[in-house]
Amino acid sequence: MHFIFKTRYEQDINLFRHGGQTFWYAALALALVAAPWLLSEYTLSQVTFIGIYAIVCLGLMLLAGFTGQVSLGHAGFLAMGAYTEAYLQANGWPFMISLPMSALVAGITGIMIGLPALRVKGMYLSIATLAFGFILEEVVVQAESITGGNAGRQLGPLTIGGINFDDGINFYFLVTGIAVVCVLGVLNLLRSPTGRAFVAIRDSEVSAQSMGINLAHYKTTAFALSAALAGIAGALYAHKIRIITPDQFGFLQSIELLMMVVIGGLGSIQGAIFGPAFWFLVQQLIVTGKDWLPPAIGQQTGLQPTIFGIILIAIVLFEPLGLYGRWLKLRTFLEIFPFYRKGMFKRQKSYMKSERMK
Amino acid sequence: MLQLLQLIVSGAAIGCIYALLALGFVLIYKATETVNFAQGDLMMVGGFLGLAAMTLIGLPFTVAFILTIAAMAVVGMGIERLVLRPLLGQPAFTFVMMTIGIGYLARGLVTMIPYWGTETHTLPVPFKDEVVWIGGEGKGLVMSVEHLVIILATVALVALLYVFFRYTRLGIAMQATSQNQLAAFYMGIPVRRVNMLIWGLSSAICGVAGLLLAPITFVHANMGFVGLKAFPAAVVGGFGSIPGALVGGLVIGIVESLAGFYLPEGYKDIAAYVVVLVMLVVKPNGLFGDNLTKKV
Repeated sequence: MHFIFKTRYEQDINLFRHGGQTFWYAALALALVAAPWLLSEYTLSQVTFIGIYAIVCLGLMLLAGFTGQVSLGHAGFLAMGAYTEAYLQANGWPFMISLPMSALVAGITGIMIGLPALRVKGMYLSIATLAFGFILEEVVVQAESITGGNAGRQLGPLTIGGINFDDGINFYFLVTGIAVVCVLGVLNLLRSPTGRAFVAIRDSEVSAQSMGINLAHYKTTAFALSAALAGIAGALYAHKIRIITPDQFGFLQSIELLMMVVIGGLGSIQGAIFGPAFWFLVQQLIVTGKDWLPPAIGQQTGLQPTIFGIILIAIVLFEPLGLYGRWLKLRTFLEIFPFYRKGMFKRQKSYMKSERMK
Repeated sequence: MLQLLQLIVSGAAIGCIYALLALGFVLIYKATETVNFAQGDLMMVGGFLGLAAMTLIGLPFTVAFILTIAAMAVVGMGIERLVLRPLLGQPAFTFVMMTIGIGYLARGLVTMIPYWGTETHTLPVPFKDEVVWIGGEGKGLVMSVEHLVIILATVALVALLYVFFRYTRLGIAMQATSQNQLAAFYMGIPVRRVNMLIWGLSSAICGVAGLLLAPITFVHANMGFVGLKAFPAAVVGGFGSIPGALVGGLVIGIVESLAGFYLPEGYKDIAAYVVVLVMLVVKPNGLFGDNLTKKV
């Protein structure tokens, strides 16, 4: 096990805590750069999707994993980003301006949704987000002049500074670059007073409040940032998929985003990337594996939701920290071999924490 | 005037469904502080079980009705025992994700049934497509029997539940558990078993709602999305208040019915959500809710 003897302040705020981490993340960066030449076109396109979803999940992780607020309408923010991008692009805005605008529009929507947070909390807030998701889906259907209604809206080719980014490789680098910037941004945010306040709110609203944290302000900030990240991802998603329709941003999409985050591992940045990666991997396995199954099982439309439902329930029951938690256990097991004990990561049971005043 | 009355009556009928779902939801919330997001999907399962009993086995409606309720109670208790009890003592978010997972899985499992789960079915109830006239044939208020059955069944069920909670030992034990788990435990009430029974009761109510809704909307795998409107109903009535859930359900149903008539196409489906957002901003504790303040 690495024990880091800290002698300088810089060691406390370093992005990588020791040489091993630097090495492995450098290797990951190399792999990401080399990926277009190693992977087939189809796989690269899937990896690009993972990158896009990782950005949404990062935002949702900030909200659900670090601030403790459940959002059941995150697909709505995704839609805000996607339609803003489609609309601005059609009006001739360059991508470098329309992308931040997508984030901004989604972020402002996030603030509006966070506003009920001034008065309500806990599951009331998640019901507010649920309501928002449904309302937004309908608004998108109704506002035909901007969104194209149910028929959907098409996007033109994406060019930045004369270079065409519709090509698989260029678009992959664009998405990966933005995803890396977002990850670094969130990492830094979490080390700032704002990030600390988020975590404090997650762990106990009452004690956070008594430490002088303005709950409504920080919750609204969390919503805004989370929505802005979803907006960025939405803009990229729109360019990836080329034609956007309201039903891509429905309630099921919101639920699936939340499931990705939980499967990846709540409360860890890595989880926000593991989640979508695992999701797409399993999806691919189902697609390739279902021909091997008897047709009574393999050819049913319910196969995928059933498998993901079982995975989610298993994760919630047995691995509350998700895939990242599983990885932590594996790593600890290897690092301190043969001294790993069974109960090292045991969940503390507590009495039911009542939200009611009695 | 008559038209308005007509709209209110049909809205109230749908509202009764929302009220029943919200009731099941509030029962679970009050007792265990679990927000059950699988409520709508449980209703869908109830609808399918009723359908299976009537079309595959060929039972008459009344027998199928009773069997479905019993089966749903077992399903609810099974869910509590298998996947929720091991999570006792975990944060609320865990339970939210678990119930979302249950709902997602239920929808998946139903669509796994070959040639059956993905189709839309009609429940062959004996009172299909019949109407009654209130206040004279041809000029009074017209009401489909399906709506009438919903309203009557809801009233009967609520009366039954009132008697149950007021006069039976188990009902009183459930009330005690909802008020204070620890104190109830000290008084010798087996809190965990009571929680299991509450899940059973709530699922049975969902089953009733599913069977009552089925003649109107048909039985299909996405029926559960209707059940999500139980949340607006519960919030409008004040989370955790049983009379509130009933009133909230009626309010949502009537608003929806009026919105469907007076507003353009499409607004009907989101009326409930607009109402809940307004309610959350104006009066977050709902019509009947007690003031919720958090304790350290």
